[in-house]
Amino acid sequence: MIATYVSSQNDCIYCQSCHGSTAAQHLGGKDADYDLIASMKQNYEATAISSKMKALLAIAGKVQKGGKSVTGDDVARARQEGATDKEIHDTVLIAAAFCMFNRYVDGSQHGSRAIPRSIAKSDSRPPDSVTWGGTTRSRYRQSQRNKTRWKSS
Amino acid sequence: MAHIRLPEGIPGILGPMVFSPETAKPLNALAEVLLRGPNSLTPADREMIATYVSSQNDCYFCQHAHGAVAAYRLGGNDKLVNEMKLNFESAEISDKLKSLLAIAGKVQKGGKHVTAEDIARARQYGATDKEIHDTVLIAAAFCMYNRYVDGLSTWAPDDPGLYRENGRRLAEEGYVHSTDRLLADAQK
Repeated sequence: MIATYVSSQNDCIYCQSCHGSTAAQHLGGKDADYDLIASMKQNYEATAISSKMKALLAIAGKVQKGGKSVTGDDVARARQEGATDKEIHDTVLIAAAFCMFNRYVDGSQHGSRAIPRSIAKSDSRPPDSVTWGGTTRSRYRQSQRNKTRWKSS
Repeated sequence: MAHIRLPEGIPGILGPMVFSPETAKPLNALAEVLLRGPNSLTPADREMIATYVSSQNDCYFCQHAHGAVAAYRLGGNDKLVNEMKLNFESAEISDKLKSLLAIAGKVQKGGKHVTAEDIARARQYGATDKEIHDTVLIAAAFCMYNRYVDGLSTWAPDDPGLYRENGRRLAEEGYVHSTDRLLADAQK
């Protein structure tokens, strides 16, 4: 969810779709789980996730803007909700790592022939990529078809 | 003061690396291959890209740590590194490195900022696919390292002499070896 949220803030379609779908599968893979991820990306404060998770997503969102945006208050809020030093550390590093992965994916779009076009460009935006990991069973099935297509290509 | 309880007196990224050795290992392995592995771009060129992105991200520790490695690799030329940070287009570096720094600067803003024209310019100056790939990944990786360092509010020394000595050590010994030694000392 942290990876998905940061990827969504970085507007990286490929990463937010991949990790959003993985997060939904970790939660059980039901329609409601895909709904939860879609809602979390839109407005995590209003989504039915734990207060600790909300506090960690707030830190991740600050890291996405820039490391210096994280305040003592952000960290105090996470601690108040029970986050440990390791959880805060890992949240910062996951958010930072996705600021790398997202840039690697989107920064390579025009680029190098060393990255197969099927990965660098077209397949990172399947036709229904905007809704991939979205809200309905049919969309989920479509995402499964896309995944199979990627594997076979 | 750092946002989490990090070991005292250990500067920059090294504090979180001692706190979390299991993540330090892949982070250092990535830095090693990106900045010191076999490559047609010189280690100095790659350290310049790392330094420029860190400076654009306003990360004090990283821009001085990697700026010192770049300067050491350039025979102690701090002046060129500083000129490059301020305005790489007017610095005395190759046209190819200028075009790669332009790509790195776009990656720092966000992956989608890189345009086909940016890539065409780099190719025109002889940049290969691997060099363009590595530039994008070095720039992206420093958007991670810089956020890791500043997102935890780590301590950075301000003595230029410390960075100079550290730059020499990193250039000669590398990222994996230097950090392994630090981690071994911290566990004693």
